[in-house]
Amino acid sequence: MEENGFKPIKNKAEEFLQIFRKGEEFTQEILKENEKLRFKVVQLEEENRLVKNSEPGMVRTLEEKVAILTEENRHLMERYTEVEMENKGFAEKYLEVELENNNLANLYVASYQLHSTLDFEEVLKTVLEIIMNLVGAEKFTIMLLEDKTNSLKAVAAEGIALDEIPEFEIGKDIIGDVARTGESFFAEEGPDRAKGDDLTKPIVAIPLKIKEHVIGEIVIYALLSQKEKFNDVDYELFSMLAGHAATAIFSSRLYSQSERKLTTIQSFLDLIKEKPGK
Amino acid sequence: MAEVNFLVVEDSPTMRQLISFALKRVHGSKIVEATDGIDALKKLATQSFDLILTDINMPIMDGLKLVSLVRGDDQHKKIPIIIITTEGAEEDRKKGLALGANAYLSKPIQTAELLKLVNQLVAR
Repeated sequence: MEENGFKPIKNKAEEFLQIFRKGEEFTQEILKENEKLRFKVVQLEEENRLVKNSEPGMVRTLEEKVAILTEENRHLMERYTEVEMENKGFAEKYLEVELENNNLANLYVASYQLHSTLDFEEVLKTVLEIIMNLVGAEKFTIMLLEDKTNSLKAVAAEGIALDEIPEFEIGKDIIGDVARTGESFFAEEGPDRAKGDDLTKPIVAIPLKIKEHVIGEIVIYALLSQKEKFNDVDYELFSMLAGHAATAIFSSRLYSQSERKLTTIQSFLDLIKEKPGK
Repeated sequence: MAEVNFLVVEDSPTMRQLISFALKRVHGSKIVEATDGIDALKKLATQSFDLILTDINMPIMDGLKLVSLVRGDDQHKKIPIIIITTEGAEEDRKKGLALGANAYLSKPIQTAELLKLVNQLVAR
């Protein structure tokens, strides 16, 4: 009976001890966890302290780097713009040089061809070629001064029959006036107006001069359809033709005359040589 | 760079010299000149060319006839051809291109324009 009465108490005590042990274990675990968390807090506090100490320096360094890079970027952009401008300048210069090169080539070839022969007809042909191919004229003539009649007479032409071109007295009309003054004529309206039907109204008249002495004229009535206006090189060509074509025409004419005279004299001498023998 | 052989067909000595003068600026250029279409055909029969530049108005055989003969010839039909002429009307241009010319330039020519065209055709 006594044993029976003690047993429930014993059981309860064991239960209590078990609960107590579990409580102890739980407390131990909590304490361990608490310890871990304390350690973590200390760690974080240390990290936080380090970050707090180092951040202003890092930010400053980064800010400085950003400033340097921004400045570099600005400098590069400026340099890029400068190079772009330089490049544009070079491209423009290149075009100018190309154009100048083209002009010089035209002048060189024209001058070379003019002085490459002493044949009068060939010189006239060369002048026609230059005016047609290099200037781009469609209807034009070369006139020479006739000392006997004091007038200008066409000796070669392109786009017009020679016999259609009238003679021009010195001082009469535009053509005669150019021969009188020795000054080039360019129509104020430019080449567009020209249809070239009126042979007294050229669009261009260039005196052929040896020093100040006018020996003839280049007279242009119309340009090729694709040629809208005169360029700088055209005026250079006109200027070159005024002098070089004049000397080339004059010297080739003299040479032809002297050749003819030489042939006549030679024939005469041959005749004299033959007579005594007969 | 390899040689570039040009055939310049032009009756005017002034234009022949001017075109040749410009072509000398092409690296490796070798220039042969002909005074008309027949002269050009003779030169085509003995040499090979990378580009033909021809005038239209020439004595004996004109440039258009030359273009059609070159295009009709198996050996030479692929040679690029540039017509350089005083004939600037649109119908002339169309006629030249229809016959098989690759390009059509009106006189007076600009060296830069000619060289640009030449370089394009030679590079093909």
